[in-house]
Amino acid sequence: MEQKNSRDISRLQALAYELKIEQAMTANVITVSPDSTMAEFRDILKANRISGTPVVEAGRLVGIISIEDLIKALAAGEMDARVSDKMTPHPATLYADEPLVHAVVQFSQLGFGRFPVINRAGELVGIITPGDIAKAMLKKLEIALQEEELHRYRASHIFEDIIANDIALVLGYRVVGGDLVRAGEASSGLKKTLTRLGIPPAIIRRVAVATYEAEMNIAVFTSGGEIVAEIRPDRIRIEALDKGPGIPDIELAMQPGFSTAPPWVQEMGFGAGMGLPNIKACADEMKLESEIGVGTRLEVVIYVS
Amino acid sequence: MKLREVLDIIDGKVISETVDLDMEVQMGCGADLMSDVLAFTHEGTLLMSGLTNPQVVRTAEMAGIKAIVFVRGKIPPPETVALAKEKGIPLLASKYTMFETCGRLYQAGLPSCGLFELTLKKWHEAFGSE
Repeated sequence: MEQKNSRDISRLQALAYELKIEQAMTANVITVSPDSTMAEFRDILKANRISGTPVVEAGRLVGIISIEDLIKALAAGEMDARVSDKMTPHPATLYADEPLVHAVVQFSQLGFGRFPVINRAGELVGIITPGDIAKAMLKKLEIALQEEELHRYRASHIFEDIIANDIALVLGYRVVGGDLVRAGEASSGLKKTLTRLGIPPAIIRRVAVATYEAEMNIAVFTSGGEIVAEIRPDRIRIEALDKGPGIPDIELAMQPGFSTAPPWVQEMGFGAGMGLPNIKACADEMKLESEIGVGTRLEVVIYVS
Repeated sequence: MKLREVLDIIDGKVISETVDLDMEVQMGCGADLMSDVLAFTHEGTLLMSGLTNPQVVRTAEMAGIKAIVFVRGKIPPPETVALAKEKGIPLLASKYTMFETCGRLYQAGLPSCGLFELTLKKWHEAFGSE
């Protein structure tokens, strides 16, 4: 429980960096002109049920004024005075594109109740209070937690909910040949899905590594192919299929260190002849069939229990 | 070992926008060969690498690598940083060589991720099991 709490707190810290001030602030701020009288300012506060506003002249922020300034003016009988004479000029501001954590720090250091938010051109775009920060972080935290937990809850019960003598969940992924930037997306998707299904992490790791090596092979050597994962309660079967060029000597290809990969693949950290041996090491069963000019079919089975 | 301590030991810098410096790593592995990383690392490993392409992050994701340190002063391209952010894998950088970065961490008590079982059989065939 304690560990979960500390994880939640660091998640909050991360959120304070991830969120920008503009995502938490209130836009469409009510403002007052420096030429208004304090009586007019009072009417603005009353009409909008607020306790202070930025003072804006031609789109530019020139000051900030609060209900405290109004009370002082009222006590001194200066309700006809200009806002420009009673406001705090050159107020501390925050930039809209700064991380939210800057606002948190400013609030705790300066002890103000609100900060005007400006863009890089110096125009007023919003206002932020400590309440806005709490609201934005809670909202984001809730969305992030809910989405993944909901996925996990729904998926992990799928086998219990289905009534049949034999259950298999079949997932298909396309692999684009020659695209070394996106290579790995299929394995990534499969790994995430297995996590949601509640498969033990040690099993997921073996499936992920074997699938990833197979996916890299398809991406590097062929014009594309597909990966099909068949998930059963007791075993996961992965099939990697492509349409050529085929492996001339499978026994040789299975030797650790044997590789036909071009230098640019080696520069990426692959092509050292460890792919197929790696897959074999992860698998409980492995079958590799290939025909030159036709294609290659790799089948890997990993037992879940 | 916490990432905060790792940074301290290697005079490192943080590359990712947001990093939980209290994250714990259990062991270390230095490699430029991604297939080796896939073959012999364990969950909770800190990876030291001189490669900076996005496949390093993919490899880390598949192998359960907790965080990556780029050695020899290498700074990864934006696509690598973006993928790492998406996958929640912190990126750090060290200006030292692979040897010195790993050496400093090993000396400070971060254990190795163990022996490479895939090649161990051949090793025993060649040199005996001692």
